[in-house]
Amino acid sequence: MNLQVDIKAEEGRFLTLYGKSGAGKTSVLRMLAGLMRPDAGRIAVGEEVWFDQEKGIHLRPQKRSVGFLFQDYALFPNMTVKENLEFALQKGQSTAIIKALIELIELGELQDRRPETLSGGQQQRVALARALVQRPKLLLLDEPLSALDLDMREKLQRYLLKVHQEYGLTTILVSHDQQEIQRLSDEVYEVEQGRILRSGHPKVMFPTTRNAFRCHAVVEAIQAMEGGQCRLSFRMIDGVLDWIFPAASIADIEVGDRVKLEMGLAQLTITS
Amino acid sequence: MIDWQPLQLTFRLAFITTLLLLVVSIPLAYWLAYTKHKVKPIIETLVSMPLVLPPTVLGFYLLIAFSPSSPLGNALNEYLGLRLVFSFEGLVLGSMLYSLPFMVHPIQSGFANLPSSLKEAAYMLGKSRRTTLFKVLLPNIKPSLLTGIVLAFAHTIGEFGVVLMIGGNMPGRTKVASIAIYDEVESLNYAAANAYSLILFAITFAILLLVYLTNGGHLKRFWQ
Repeated sequence: MNLQVDIKAEEGRFLTLYGKSGAGKTSVLRMLAGLMRPDAGRIAVGEEVWFDQEKGIHLRPQKRSVGFLFQDYALFPNMTVKENLEFALQKGQSTAIIKALIELIELGELQDRRPETLSGGQQQRVALARALVQRPKLLLLDEPLSALDLDMREKLQRYLLKVHQEYGLTTILVSHDQQEIQRLSDEVYEVEQGRILRSGHPKVMFPTTRNAFRCHAVVEAIQAMEGGQCRLSFRMIDGVLDWIFPAASIADIEVGDRVKLEMGLAQLTITS
Repeated sequence: MIDWQPLQLTFRLAFITTLLLLVVSIPLAYWLAYTKHKVKPIIETLVSMPLVLPPTVLGFYLLIAFSPSSPLGNALNEYLGLRLVFSFEGLVLGSMLYSLPFMVHPIQSGFANLPSSLKEAAYMLGKSRRTTLFKVLLPNIKPSLLTGIVLAFAHTIGEFGVVLMIGGNMPGRTKVASIAIYDEVESLNYAAANAYSLILFAITFAILLLVYLTNGGHLKRFWQ
């Protein structure tokens, strides 16, 4: 499968990559983490360039300021919870952060336990704390809650939001749980067969009859695509939206036009 | 009674061989477990050869390679004062090659069976490959390490063909128990041969039993 993506994430936002299994979402995350090397392209985080194929730059995962959550938690079985967190400390880093995280994520009672004695939800909480010890810029979550039951999932979602806000993180989540996405994300990218199909606010991407909406938007860009389609970029009051339309339906829309968007179930209609 | 020297020699050889093998096998097993290099099947085959190669073949080639009249053997002798045929050091080398797969395979398996996310999580925390190996990977494959150590040890005790070729049957230096048994049988001293044999049988049985009990979890209640 050929993976080709172009994603821009604003600092402090909560982004989700959504799509079927095998669409390429986890690959994107792993490339951001440095665990997988892209064939071409560029990855830049703020001022830092982490990958640039043309310049031969590829920063090792060890050097990237990333917190990563795995689907299987990846806690070190030979260490207690506290030791797992302490292992994450960098040279010379104060242990104060560990105390703070234990409090924030409520791990107090679990400190001296071994991972194998913890439930899935508890393990993932520990993994979350561990990922944050070094105060990373970026938090990458690879379907972290998919192995948990509903109750546990909701609880973890609250912790995720909590830390995202508390530490001002830029978070990228891979998930195919629409409710979870609604609850957590500012922006969603739908990935299919290695390409980004569409992107936007979760309420727009996954409308239900409850949150079907109408709004005004300004057309920011029109991009012709293959197969008689066009990709339009809109700017609305509370966000941006990219959407693909059949070229014929937007024949008389131009960049700069003010339009009205109406979202029904899985369908976006545009009138100028 | 019997002469204890061959037995002492046997255990000294097994102990030193196992220790050195451990040091060599960990990086080798690590590489084999994680590499995707094209040369991997060849290395894997070479590592496994001692499992099927007649020990006398191995011994023969070692003899040719390291005999003082060969260029390699001569160079080693001149520059390092090292003689690798008809010496204890030669036996150590021969034993290491002979027991290599017994140490490498369990450790390689151990590494390969660890979830890759463990290693990756350590990298994401900024830990180098070396730190990850010593602080995360090795501590979590202790059963594999134990199996490798014990199998290599027990296997070295039983070595005969290689020792026969490059040992020279020198009492106190290369006359290990397996050779001594052969010797005694040739000399029709069945009583002595039996003594050595029983002791070796009992010890290797006990070692193997220990491995199975430990890995099967039967002994957990004694150190829980």
